[in-house]
Amino acid sequence: MMEPMTETATPLAVEMRGIVKRFPGLVANDRVDLDVRRGEVHALLGENGAGKSTLMNILAGLYSADEGTVAVDGRPVRFRSPREAIAAGIGMVHQHFTLVPSLTVTENVLLGLAEPRIRLGLGARHAAVAAFAEERGLRVPADAPVWQLSVGEQQRVEILKMLWRGARILIMDEPTAVLGPAETEELFRSLRAMTAAGGSVVLISHKLGEVLSVADRITVLRRGAVTAAGIDAAGRTPAELARLMVGREVLERIEKAPATPGPVVLAVRGLAAQNDRGLPALRGIDLEVRAGEIVGIAGVAGNGQSELAEAITGLRAATGSITLDGREIANRPVLEIIEAGVAHIPEDRTGTGSAPGLSLADNLVMKRYRSAPVGGRIRFRRRAARGIAEALKADYAVSAPSIDTPARLLSGGNLQRLILARELTSGPRLIVAVQPTRGLDVGAIETVHRLLLDQRRAGAAIILISEELDELTGLADRILVMYEGRIAGDIEPELFGEIEEIGLLMTGSRGAAEGAA
Amino acid sequence: MSAPATDRGLLPVTLRVERRLGTPRWLPLAATLAAIGAALVLSGLLLALIGADPFAVFAHILGASFGDLYVLSDTLVKATPLILTGLACSLAFRMRLWNIGAEGQLLMGAWGASAVVLLGIFPAGTPGIILIPAMVVGGMVAGALWGGIAGVLRARLNVNEIITTLMLNYVALSFLRFWVFGPWSEGGFQQTVQFPRDAWLGRLTELSWLIPDVAGMTVHGGFLLALVAAGIVWWVLSRTRTGYEIRLAGDNPQAARYAGIDLKRKIVLVFLASGALAGLAGASEVSGTVHRLQDSLALGYGFTGIVIAYLAKFHPLGVIVAAIGFGALILAGREIQPAGIPAMIQGIVLVCVIVADALTRYTLRVVRR
Repeated sequence: MMEPMTETATPLAVEMRGIVKRFPGLVANDRVDLDVRRGEVHALLGENGAGKSTLMNILAGLYSADEGTVAVDGRPVRFRSPREAIAAGIGMVHQHFTLVPSLTVTENVLLGLAEPRIRLGLGARHAAVAAFAEERGLRVPADAPVWQLSVGEQQRVEILKMLWRGARILIMDEPTAVLGPAETEELFRSLRAMTAAGGSVVLISHKLGEVLSVADRITVLRRGAVTAAGIDAAGRTPAELARLMVGREVLERIEKAPATPGPVVLAVRGLAAQNDRGLPALRGIDLEVRAGEIVGIAGVAGNGQSELAEAITGLRAATGSITLDGREIANRPVLEIIEAGVAHIPEDRTGTGSAPGLSLADNLVMKRYRSAPVGGRIRFRRRAARGIAEALKADYAVSAPSIDTPARLLSGGNLQRLILARELTSGPRLIVAVQPTRGLDVGAIETVHRLLLDQRRAGAAIILISEELDELTGLADRILVMYEGRIAGDIEPELFGEIEEIGLLMTGSRGAAEGAA
Repeated sequence: MSAPATDRGLLPVTLRVERRLGTPRWLPLAATLAAIGAALVLSGLLLALIGADPFAVFAHILGASFGDLYVLSDTLVKATPLILTGLACSLAFRMRLWNIGAEGQLLMGAWGASAVVLLGIFPAGTPGIILIPAMVVGGMVAGALWGGIAGVLRARLNVNEIITTLMLNYVALSFLRFWVFGPWSEGGFQQTVQFPRDAWLGRLTELSWLIPDVAGMTVHGGFLLALVAAGIVWWVLSRTRTGYEIRLAGDNPQAARYAGIDLKRKIVLVFLASGALAGLAGASEVSGTVHRLQDSLALGYGFTGIVIAYLAKFHPLGVIVAAIGFGALILAGREIQPAGIPAMIQGIVLVCVIVADALTRYTLRVVRR
């Protein structure tokens, strides 16, 4: 399994050997080797829970390995804190950003450093940070507070923080999960610029396409062990990588029967709503979804998609009209909307879609505890709830020790299966699915897609909000592109191949559809 | 994800605090017991420091609170209001509503129960079978309304309930003082007249004609009410739709909203119920123990209820055990020293329990260099 020793004369940027990391009940890393050369983008590929993040947390000084050695630039190291790792030139950008929203970019970059000590002297600092960023191809407004920045810009600030601290080896944990196509391109350009200057990048990902497009070499992990060590990316196919990741053949194409749309189930007219900061998020949305049809909503995060889903499901106040089977449901209580047959697969699985501290059983009956057999007039019948939970757990293959396990212990894929089990089993009229496969591995994504298509066949109307264009073109019967709270374009299936065009609509670079909205 | 390591250069190993992925079933109980053990050791050290023999003190505490049936009866008398305030806090805390106003709600409950007697609603000579239930209801309603103020403010205007409940404690105390110093004062003393016998909750000693051994035992009907209340709270939380909604909203309010639960109504409901439980404690105290309304009534029962709720991990049946333990401590405290040491032991127990609770979610790991 071990790579033959390096053919270059210069020492490896990172050399991890025989890394073992155990957590109670599982071995997250099982004798993992990883070589990262100078000047390369090295992709670390694997399903959720394969041990990618654990391995990189060890490299970044957040965890310590139970066994194994790490060498940076040929020198053995043993980090006890991220501070020591950064001193050795290793910086990690996590999926969840660690920025202070009310501070400016410059302040965030300087935060926690020994220099400046007391007086900030911000004017000069802004200029220094801006120049530093410019040099490295990271476009950020140095004097703007972070809360004003887009997600892509915030990510650049995170990278900037690491580079400012002298990182030569940058670890990016699933950086594209929050980005649109254009921002992803820009990120990859910055990473390329960094490696061209002799730095190294470790890219944690489970997206095959982007790995093939940006990485020089690839290491694949499966269940904590290496299945491909530093193979060259050139000439590989997605199918080959998927097999290494999952350990079996994966369907690449989504098999889909032609749509047989029925009557209009959901009709939205002139919908407007504000976001949490009180700024307009929806500025007059009109759309229709028919029975047995999947309408995809494309767009870069933060263009009103979340607010649209919340307004339809009753979680956010809105003006305008939303009718379900001809009945007005705008601003009705959530309960009434649930009972009208609206299922909601929320964007935030732990923050909205589940109660992490409660058991699987309690989570599975969250929307049906009011009626028989679980609910009496007053009673909550535990035995009935447990029976339902056992059945759903088996039907939807939710993998967990028991139905008494707290939901917070489920992996992302299993938690999503739990949510789907709860939302889809009632035979909903309308399904609002928001980023249903975000962060999931190949196997779980397949399950989500299959379940949504099953519901489509059963005659449900489905709104699929996603940032994955492949997912939308694979599943949807029609794609609406959202930009700044409006529908910027309505794309019929024959134009699904025009990814460029969709990308332009998503970024507002193409305003032609303005009138059509 | 990971907590900062303790970087000491002296030892060849470092300690790391890491988050536990799963919590074994036995761990919370074991942690609580270990915390009580640690609290005893720490208290013992402090006792030794001031020159006392810790073992003698602890033995004395045990003897003074559980030594024979009479002191056990006294322990239960002390435990009665603590069970009820502990329940009041547990119920609210389950939904992460920080009602720290059980003290004030208890006082209002005591006032409400007294008002039933003193405002002459019932003619003199009304039998206990009518008067006592009326006092219980009066106390619970008064407590519920007092708790409900904070509930409505929280639900409607999102006013922080910690502040309102805390401040309402002082308002309640002043309100009570107004009545016992003014309209209801007995000849200028800061207390009301003693209630008529019919307004007294039955005491065990009254059964001495049947069982001679119970003569002089003062444990009263309030203790039974407290046990019943604990049973009801347990049943509601674990076996009813409302209880499920409270548990859900307590674990993740956003998920509760998503599941179609009207959080505002639930907040008010929980505050009403929590206040009613504390109000019942007040009614039980005036009707069962002191038989009059007086200024020095609460003695911090409402605040001790917070400690008890934590010690019991908000479990209604655990509250009974914790309350009896604290009842014993309070009772024995009178024999050791009027104040100081027993309160200190209480404080040490609380700190230890909170630390132990954190440790059930984290694990310490020894890392070799």
